[in-house]
Amino acid sequence: MSTNKITTQKVNFKVFRFNADEDYLPYYEDYSLDVTSEEVVLDILNRIKWDYDGSFSYRRSCRHGICGACAIKVNGRSTLACKESMSTMIEYFGNDLTIEPLSIKRAVKDMIIDKADFWEKHAAVTPYLVADIDETPMSENLVSPHDAEELNEADLCIQCGACHYACPAVEINSDFFGPAAFAAAYRFEADVRDSDGERLINVNEEKQGVWDCVKCFECTEVCPKHINPFEKITKLHQMAFKKGVAKNNVATRHAVGFLHSIRKHGMLDEGGLVLYSEGPAIVKHIPVALQMFRKGKIVMPWNMPKSGNLDEIQKLIKSSSTVKF
Amino acid sequence: MKKLKYALFTGCTARQSTPEQMMSTLAVAKKLDIELIELTEASCCGASHLQDYDDFLSLVLNARNIAYAEKHGLTMVTICNTCQLNTAMTKHRLDKNSELKAKVNEKLAEVGLEYKGTSNVIHFLYAIIDDFGLDKIKKMVVKPLSQFNIAPFYGCHNIRPSELHDESHKQKENPYNPTSLDDLIIACGAMSVEYEEKNKCCGFHVELQAPHTASVLTGNAIAGATDNNADMMVTPCPLCHLKLDTQTKHASEAIGREVSLPVLHMQQMVGLALGCTPAELGLKHHVTDVNFV
Ligand code: SF4
Ligand code: SF4
Ligand code: FES
Repeated sequence: MSTNKITTQKVNFKVFRFNADEDYLPYYEDYSLDVTSEEVVLDILNRIKWDYDGSFSYRRSCRHGICGACAIKVNGRSTLACKESMSTMIEYFGNDLTIEPLSIKRAVKDMIIDKADFWEKHAAVTPYLVADIDETPMSENLVSPHDAEELNEADLCIQCGACHYACPAVEINSDFFGPAAFAAAYRFEADVRDSDGERLINVNEEKQGVWDCVKCFECTEVCPKHINPFEKITKLHQMAFKKGVAKNNVATRHAVGFLHSIRKHGMLDEGGLVLYSEGPAIVKHIPVALQMFRKGKIVMPWNMPKSGNLDEIQKLIKSSSTVKF
Repeated sequence: MKKLKYALFTGCTARQSTPEQMMSTLAVAKKLDIELIELTEASCCGASHLQDYDDFLSLVLNARNIAYAEKHGLTMVTICNTCQLNTAMTKHRLDKNSELKAKVNEKLAEVGLEYKGTSNVIHFLYAIIDDFGLDKIKKMVVKPLSQFNIAPFYGCHNIRPSELHDESHKQKENPYNPTSLDDLIIACGAMSVEYEEKNKCCGFHVELQAPHTASVLTGNAIAGATDNNADMMVTPCPLCHLKLDTQTKHASEAIGREVSLPVLHMQQMVGLALGCTPAELGLKHHVTDVNFV
């Protein structure tokens, strides 16, 4: 039993209200409640519904961080309502909290959103095992503990959407599959029993695939199951190179270009990298490059700085490289 | 107080497209009497892109960089958020996994080096705030920037993943409500601007492969700062700086609205408050003119 004393403090809530069938615009309702250190965010939603307004709507089912239904946003941060303690929210944001659905533009009623895009993208990455299964095997199909570990925690995703609706790339680029779909894709790509040849190619396509991830770590920060979708995205990049399905495009060349540059200079040759990545398309960068040149921001090839002990770096590249493109 | 001394990992940008960042780092270190030993042997950190290609090689190269800081027996300071991420992440992974560390060290042994895990890796922003101290800076300010509203732009890789930040630095930073840069702005005598994008992404890493996404993010950040009455922005990351300073045309086109603000490197802001000259801080190297000094 916890020996911590239960404390109570006043918290002001601004709660998003909207009924797509009736309201032209959303509005916010204010509540001031005494919140105890034992409560989770879902307790607050319940109290608002039970004590103040029975029409207040939100999704919840398991109350145990398993069904993934209850994700909402508190002060803009994606939060699994039944798992997140109010104390953490107060520590993060103070005593004025705004309660909103995961995505305002997808709001249907109050906290309830239309998650269709999330599910469509999830379905698009073939989120299941593709394998020729012998239905009457003579022995068990064993997966070694080592191979099972490769899945990391990707298997624990509850599809709550917290990461998806925290992802800026999803918000801007509607083709982008998003962190949860990538975590699911990784889950099956990393499974030794899987024999799907298309999934990895699919999640490496431009626009929809991993290469449009901006590397902001928002997904990793919010995931209530500590799945670290960003890490899975990085692994999907690496797998594409390892399995030889990486296409030769500006995104892949941008990654490989670092190796060439480091081999030559130890450091990154910024101009050289853009040239290597873009090829003839480099012309579109000329106006900005000229402005930068005028301000002394471009180093000429003959002045490229080099790392000291470059021979060490070159030797290590030779001995430690694990991939070829 | 004992004189502060660090091993400086400059990263690539400070030696090329943001020379002003290198100049202002050295100028501020001089003013604060902080000794910086430049790790001239260091290689590129891979910028999270080599990591997409060859994970093990990136670990080896970053471990080599840290090994040089260890040789000096010094904490490594970085001056780029992405260098900080990749270096601290390497340290995190090697310190937590002795098998991986042994594999990396097997390679480093070929060039007579060893990664021990004895040097911390911190960003210069936090060296100034946590080690040097905000109060001391406040007392040293000779030209308070009191007529300015400055919008802090934190940059992802200093604050997320928060676990890595908190492990590397003395003080925690709340990724949803970071305060370090705000505090530094106030210490320099200016007003810090509250706006939604201050802890959001600038889009730098996808500028080549997803230019629209990158430009919208940049545009939103500058617009957010502008709409909250910022006179300028300040950032601890040279990659954010490049995006906010040089890409305003694309950013404006992407969000359908003219946006442009002067953007200072964190070091330049501190330098101005401490009385460094615009020339010492390289202000002429900005594409968006810094026209208030
Ligand atoms: S790291 Fe990538 S996938 Fe994760 S939130 Fe950022 S852009 Fe989205
Ligand atoms: S990865 Fe995490 S945040 Fe994203 S849907 Fe799965 S459980 Fe939710
Ligand atoms: S109610 Fe099921 S996860 Fe919260």
